[in-house]
Amino acid sequence: MRDDRIDSAAHGTADSRRGHFMAGVRAVSPILLGIVPFATISGIAAVEIGMPKGLAIAMSMIMFAGAAQLASVQLLGAGAPGAIVVLTAVVINLRFAMYSASLGPHFQTLSARWKALFAYLLTDQAYAVSIIRFQDGLSAVARKWFYFGAAIALWATWQAGTAAGVFLGATVPASWSLDFAVPLTFMALAVPAIRDAPSAAAALAAGAVAVGAAGMPYHLNIITAAGAGIAVGLMAEAAANRHERKREAEK
Amino acid sequence: MSETGYLLTLICVIGALTYVIRASFILIGGRMKPAMAFQRALRFVPVSVLPALVMPALFYRNGELAMALSNERLLAGLLAIAVAVFSRSVLWTLSAGMGTLWLLQYMISGP
Repeated sequence: MRDDRIDSAAHGTADSRRGHFMAGVRAVSPILLGIVPFATISGIAAVEIGMPKGLAIAMSMIMFAGAAQLASVQLLGAGAPGAIVVLTAVVINLRFAMYSASLGPHFQTLSARWKALFAYLLTDQAYAVSIIRFQDGLSAVARKWFYFGAAIALWATWQAGTAAGVFLGATVPASWSLDFAVPLTFMALAVPAIRDAPSAAAALAAGAVAVGAAGMPYHLNIITAAGAGIAVGLMAEAAANRHERKREAEK
Repeated sequence: MSETGYLLTLICVIGALTYVIRASFILIGGRMKPAMAFQRALRFVPVSVLPALVMPALFYRNGELAMALSNERLLAGLLAIAVAVFSRSVLWTLSAGMGTLWLLQYMISGP
């Protein structure tokens, strides 16, 4: 009896666990519909460049990172060397370090096995819905099951969507130009991230350098343009901050 | 190495590095934070990498700069950017871009 009570205090009852899990699923569900086309395009794009179906599905399971999957496929399709593909994908995925740092304290009491699983399941969407709820001060049990619900629902939707794309892509003729859906998807992801003048400056600089430097060997123009965009963004931000301080001082 | 073996190796390398990034601070358990300079730079990663991937796909056709009106991908892409700005939706952006591309291809080369 006593052991049971200790157990339920630390891990929650089966009912409360299910409740928190379902709350996580519900929180992420409006986003799920939006990722279906993105996932389907990822699957289609992979088979369009000639990847075997099994490998395309394995890629989605192993990488489980939409933008990096699409960028890798686009670069591989263009014949870029492996090192450039890896470098570009890693730069795109560096943002996960931020989410990891932000969630780290909330998962501190979990076992290493749960931490390892939660790290694999970390996505933009699972992070976004969880961190908002965690800031309301949930218990450790509630945080664990809420995140698990949100993250696994997103994982399942992503995998189903890419698998559908993989099987669909094999039947779509090249004249449909579905490869164009890849840059279109990137646009739809980039535009909402451009929120202020420094981020707009970064986007313009990166776009211009990528086009201007398209003649660079090994598709180095992408990573060069990304570096240029980040540098311009940081400089624009520093300039904006200086301007702000000057105005404050004049007041 | 076979083509499939090469691709699988690449995928596993990217997967492993991505996992290390994801697990980094979760496994440390909140005892450390990334440096401020890294956090500031990170904000500009998506708005830099994504346009860098998009723009050459619009302006280049078959390895040549194509800024003419006959480049249907450029026209469809610019329209899709406008739709993305106003709708903020992946589905609408995809529909507008693909729809325009198909329409222009039909008008230029026929069915």
